[in-house]
Amino acid sequence: MSDITIDTVKDAEATPDDLQPYLELGLKDDEYQRIKQILGRRPTQSELAMYSIMWSEHCSYKSSKVHLRQFGEKAPQSDRMLAGMGENAGVIQVSEKLAVTFKVESHNHPSFVEPYQGAATGVGGIVRDILAMGARPILVMDSLRFGAADHPDTQRVLPGVVAGVGGYGNCLGLPNVGGEVFFDECYQGNPLVNALSLGVLPVDGLQRKEADGPGNIVVLMGAKTGRDGIGGVSVLASATFDDASEQRRPSVQVGDPFTEKLLIESCLELYQAKLIVGVQDLGGAGLTCALTETAAAAGTGMDIQLEKVHLREASMEPHEILASESQERMLFIVEPAKLDAVLGIAQLWGVIATPIGVVTDTGRVRITFHGETVVDVPPGSLADDGPVYARPLREPADLILLQADRAETLPRPHHDYQLKDTLLKLAASPNLCDRAWVTEQYDRYVLGNTVLAQPEDSGVVRLDEETGLGVALSLDCNSRFARLDPYEGAKLALAEAYRNVAVTGAEPVAVTDCLNFGSPEDPAVMWQFAEAVRGIADGCQELGIPVTGGNVSFYNQTGAIAIHPTPVVGVLGLLENVAHRVPMGFAHAGDVLVLLGETGLELSGSEWAWVAHGHLGGRPPKVDFGREMAIAAFMQRAAETGLVRSAHDLSDGGLAQALLESVLRKGFGATVTLPTDLEPFVSLFSESAGRVLLTVPVGHRQAFEQLLAEHELPATVLGQVDDEGADLTVIGHGEAGRFAVSQAELREAFSGALPRLFGAGEPGAAESPVSAGAVAAAVLTETVVVETPAETVVATESVLLAEGEPVAQAGEAGQPEGEQPTDQQ
Amino acid sequence: MSKIGVVTFPGSLDDGDAARAARISGAEVVRLWHADPELHGVDAVVLPGGFSYGDYLRCGAIARFAPVMEAVADAARGGMPVMGICNGFQILCEAHLLPGALTRNQHLHFRNRDQWLRMENTDTAWTNHFTDRQEILIPVKNGEGCYVADQRTLDELEANGQIVARYIRGNPNGSTRDIAAIRNEAGNVLGIMPHPEHAVEALTGPSLDGLGFFSSVLRHLAGAAA
Repeated sequence: MSDITIDTVKDAEATPDDLQPYLELGLKDDEYQRIKQILGRRPTQSELAMYSIMWSEHCSYKSSKVHLRQFGEKAPQSDRMLAGMGENAGVIQVSEKLAVTFKVESHNHPSFVEPYQGAATGVGGIVRDILAMGARPILVMDSLRFGAADHPDTQRVLPGVVAGVGGYGNCLGLPNVGGEVFFDECYQGNPLVNALSLGVLPVDGLQRKEADGPGNIVVLMGAKTGRDGIGGVSVLASATFDDASEQRRPSVQVGDPFTEKLLIESCLELYQAKLIVGVQDLGGAGLTCALTETAAAAGTGMDIQLEKVHLREASMEPHEILASESQERMLFIVEPAKLDAVLGIAQLWGVIATPIGVVTDTGRVRITFHGETVVDVPPGSLADDGPVYARPLREPADLILLQADRAETLPRPHHDYQLKDTLLKLAASPNLCDRAWVTEQYDRYVLGNTVLAQPEDSGVVRLDEETGLGVALSLDCNSRFARLDPYEGAKLALAEAYRNVAVTGAEPVAVTDCLNFGSPEDPAVMWQFAEAVRGIADGCQELGIPVTGGNVSFYNQTGAIAIHPTPVVGVLGLLENVAHRVPMGFAHAGDVLVLLGETGLELSGSEWAWVAHGHLGGRPPKVDFGREMAIAAFMQRAAETGLVRSAHDLSDGGLAQALLESVLRKGFGATVTLPTDLEPFVSLFSESAGRVLLTVPVGHRQAFEQLLAEHELPATVLGQVDDEGADLTVIGHGEAGRFAVSQAELREAFSGALPRLFGAGEPGAAESPVSAGAVAAAVLTETVVVETPAETVVATESVLLAEGEPVAQAGEAGQPEGEQPTDQQ
Repeated sequence: MSKIGVVTFPGSLDDGDAARAARISGAEVVRLWHADPELHGVDAVVLPGGFSYGDYLRCGAIARFAPVMEAVADAARGGMPVMGICNGFQILCEAHLLPGALTRNQHLHFRNRDQWLRMENTDTAWTNHFTDRQEILIPVKNGEGCYVADQRTLDELEANGQIVARYIRGNPNGSTRDIAAIRNEAGNVLGIMPHPEHAVEALTGPSLDGLGFFSSVLRHLAGAAA
């Protein structure tokens, strides 16, 4: 043991008046007093570190808790839900024998500091959440938001984030089946990286986190514990940073997907052999969270010998070991008789597993370090009894003016040649252009069950090869709508994700969300948050589907400027048989082109307003959940009976964008006649919700119309699909007589945009051949820079963030988390 | 029924897919474990895609030393059909069962897309079901799929008909001479960077073209047995 002085419980009792750096750790005066009250003495250094982490915004949801309750209160009870909020992830039963678990989570700040590792460990963290429920992870998705596409820093952040998401997910062998990429200058200093994973488990294979059974062994499995992320999320979650905060340098964990892959296989063998009593993953707040949560959940205690933890650096002190957020670790509760079997499975897969203590009936978590007691706490005080704040709310002062500045009053083009130009300009804009540059870096084929993946509206993945049972998933948010009206904007995000799932023919059944906002200490931000939560809760109530879990990320803010409110919503749908799924894209000449739903003059917050005028103002489009439900019911019937050949949701960019994407998907042209009762520009570019573009085989038209009538859905026949290679021809009226766009023109605009911004990547063509040495050098700079994260990661001024989960229970161990100060004092 | 063995290394990812493809093609599948030096009576072996041993050191560099590989190498030299897909191709090169090496994609990105190939040699255990110069569509997905070898080796490969498939309508990784797949001189060992096992079902693949590799080996084995 080194000669460092360890602050023991005895020391704390002997020196009650020692000054402690609780403020620097993000604890308020009254919070510190409460800790002293709970313990009957001052906390030790290790205890102080533990409380500061567990009572941070990230772990305790102290600002969000009072609002998130609505998800439970308003949610319809679902027979399918086997586990909901408060668990690592919600669990939904999908057949007699199978259940799925899914959740979306943020890893925003680390991804700004070190894009590759930040994003990679974001994927790793959410996958461990899924694993901790007893499930085999089978897919990932990612929802990404960056600053302006042409900003120099976006050139640094985006390629790193995309490579990180791909690098980790690809190496785990999890197909990436969908997500979003969105650009807006509000994310310049605060890019958002939200990752989703879904896993499948036998209904009777659900794992618990409770550390039950005094005498049972506590086993830590996986990677060695290092100095990544010491000090926890607390500091960054606590307050706005300023120049003086520079010494609290955050560090980002370094991911090792190979270790995680071995950990996954080991865990699944342990589950299958029924060798464990309880399991918890180590994410945000590391060992601190895993120990206190599992003990608190069971109402038991633990005696832990901290020196038994395998360390990457031998000199680590107790508070560092407890706060470390090293990746790829899981905690198990094991009966003594089964310990050898557990260690044997770990050895088979080459994973380190170490007994570090025992479960007790003392109701206290006691931690010793080489015989000295450094922690003696009631675990519930950390895990469940953190502070709760009802923070002040105030509508943003500029909102009334913003909403009055409607995009519907902006000058808009009328002539056909102008409409064509607008269509091509929008197609090439960063938010509407082809995402292939990003999605080609992700493996969508591995595991062999991917039925639909990006650029389809939803990812559709088969669960059961025999029955064809499968899931559909979509992640969506238009944060400009949420900026204009967070309540309606959140509802729109929910409606869009719901519709994206519905158009495949799936039945939407559950919701997860990732709520990305600025500082909760700003009443305007807190108001946006409250409104968005209310919107999602109300929407779910209307749709009759529950929120099963998710994540809150506050402090996405640079200085006084917060990001747009960004409530990312994920909807899970079920398909009885994935063979019936409806894909997007025109696929057969002669098919009838039908627009489901109604189009109004709704241009505020639209992509057109932004691209053509740099304008954001007015009120977002209206949401009609009744209409969305009718569309979903209709699509399920249409899919089962094979009445429609393709379907594509209308959202950003309106009908024009849906048409061009449907043409380019499989290369069939189309001729469209715009309705005469609406201005052609509005038909093409309005972003009204509740609309779907369908193609119907001519022979099915009658049955199709009958089904429409049964569901009382308005629809407009727009035209027909033309031959392979044919133009997109649009016939308007008045000044907008007619225009045609060739597929070459469409493709050049749509598919050329991201490569133009981020590099063509065509070997031997656009890029000169690279020597092996240059390749090696590039590889090095990409992956090795952060080997010593504590030393190399740059401090960022005025950037802060907290992450937490919208769960009624505090202190998830599950989050991937990374914004860490390196020195605690 | 012919038995096709599929090896699982730590970090193998497409092993289940390769097994599924072999099963769909009508083979009996035997799962082989990296630490087990036995081949358990299989008639052919597939080394699947993935990141064996985390791609540490070099792709395939550690896997070649796995106990199972000794048996695979012996069997391959004895004429047993062996197909290495993606990481399996890298392992075959590291094990010197095939010449050359797979290096980082020239554009430095992992790339996954549906890729057209032209079959250049159908005189192998794994490609006899294709027609000469047949164009097929199967997924490619790799970060290190850029095939390189010295000029003499490349010329020999050309001269011997050992280049089995080339990328057409775009080269996804900068591979020399658009090489997507090569075979050994005897024709029983095939290394292919794209993934035939991901093009075996209409529901999940871009085509059914991948089945041809598996039906080829079954035909080859049936012929050998007859």
